[in-house]
Amino acid sequence: MLKPDDYGKTDFLQILKSRCPDQVADWNGLNGTHNTLPHNYLPHNYLEGTTVLALVYNDGVIIAGDRQATEGFQVGERRIQKVFIIDRHSAIAVAGVAGPCFEMAKLFQVQVEFYEKMEGTSLSLDGQANYLSSLVRMNLSLAMQGLIVLPIFAGYDFKQKKGRIFKYDALGGRYEEDAYYAIGSGGKDARSTLKKMYRPEMTEQDALTAIVEALWDAADEDIATGGPDLIRKIFPTLIAITEQGVSEVSDEIVAGLFDELVSRLGQS
Amino acid sequence: MSTPYYVSPDQIWEDKKVFVDRGIGQAKEVVVLEYNNGLLMVAENPRRTIFKISEIYDRIALASTGRVSEYETLRVVGIREAEVKGYTYYREDVTGKWLTNLYSQHMMAIAQAWDVKPLEIELLVCEIDGNPDFRSQIYKIAFDGTYEEMEKFAVIGGRAEAITEKLNEAYTEGLELTEAMQLASQTFEFIEVEETEPYQITPHSIEVGCLDATYGRRQFRRFTVEEIAEILNHAS
Repeated sequence: MLKPDDYGKTDFLQILKSRCPDQVADWNGLNGTHNTLPHNYLPHNYLEGTTVLALVYNDGVIIAGDRQATEGFQVGERRIQKVFIIDRHSAIAVAGVAGPCFEMAKLFQVQVEFYEKMEGTSLSLDGQANYLSSLVRMNLSLAMQGLIVLPIFAGYDFKQKKGRIFKYDALGGRYEEDAYYAIGSGGKDARSTLKKMYRPEMTEQDALTAIVEALWDAADEDIATGGPDLIRKIFPTLIAITEQGVSEVSDEIVAGLFDELVSRLGQS
Repeated sequence: MSTPYYVSPDQIWEDKKVFVDRGIGQAKEVVVLEYNNGLLMVAENPRRTIFKISEIYDRIALASTGRVSEYETLRVVGIREAEVKGYTYYREDVTGKWLTNLYSQHMMAIAQAWDVKPLEIELLVCEIDGNPDFRSQIYKIAFDGTYEEMEKFAVIGGRAEAITEKLNEAYTEGLELTEAMQLASQTFEFIEVEETEPYQITPHSIEVGCLDATYGRRQFRRFTVEEIAEILNHAS
């Protein structure tokens, strides 16, 4: 049976570590084991995700990512998903080494849902953002070897009645961005575009236009970032989060936005 | 050297059953029944935060009656173990049968221990599988860990037998959600034979949850008082 001390535990990661330690990659050796990866050697056959971004608008926030992953100088995967819905009002987008990225997103999603079921109430947006810090920190030793994993976290805050964006550094530092942010290999290019196009209180339409243009510029300037793939019909993932909840923008709408962008760029 | 008193196993087991029956006899009932999109769970429970019906995993819910502190522990154990299993393998691999065995073993261990009182609880593990053509499964678990499969509907609590009899007559397959909720609340009214005034179920006196095959991954949902009121009014 459950010991009384165990009853109030709402941290799924701690439960997983005590019940099935093999299920948790413990890169930092905090579990008593040691990181045995040599520091001067990097494996070459791993996938890396590239550009993810988020933008606040009047009804909430949009979080998005391209669909390509690279393996060295090759395309590793064309349809990869880097944006994950966490609960009814939040989502995470991850850039960096694909394996640990997905593990982080999966663990984070399970944790938030676990908390909600145990407590009967959702984990607050700040609570979610803080918890993500510790997941990022778990990968510190990997990051020191160049295998970095970084998320952007976005959600709708019911208390402040607005969309919010959080960014992280490799040491688990959590910083809030008021307006927009982008990371990954094309992150800087996407940020430049968002910087020019961002206006306070943008409409959803304007926000989608800005996100699509930022993704286009990232794919244009950065060789690793994937643009819209018209032949295979693969389009970036865009997720809008508002008071009503999380909804994925359909491929038809995203394709339409890219059509508009291409005709606009052709005219100038 | 003193000889310990001899008590026959029959007597010990009989005492435990009498003890638990006394506790469960006072427990309010939970009715679970299948409707056209899933399983509906209705409990007579005027409390707004202490629940008899709860979400365990994507397509599994737990209905419980008896001592709250005792079934609350089992609820938490269920969620923890289900999440660990789903994380280790795949979410689909967490099943009602597995959870029922887990609960059964816990409850049996306590019921058989000689120096611990048995749990004064009854549980229904509810599960649906498949979308949109779903299959429902209800497992009824007694205090000593014995369990059985129930078809289409099940009842736990003090007057479970009377309600089951009523449902045997009144239940039909393919009910709409509104019809199912109406039927469940009618059975609660029906068994209150000793009331002088006609007994009335109100949206505030019941707790309602469902597992619905049309909901996507997380199929459990708890109804608010407003939603219950709307459905009951609509149906009558």
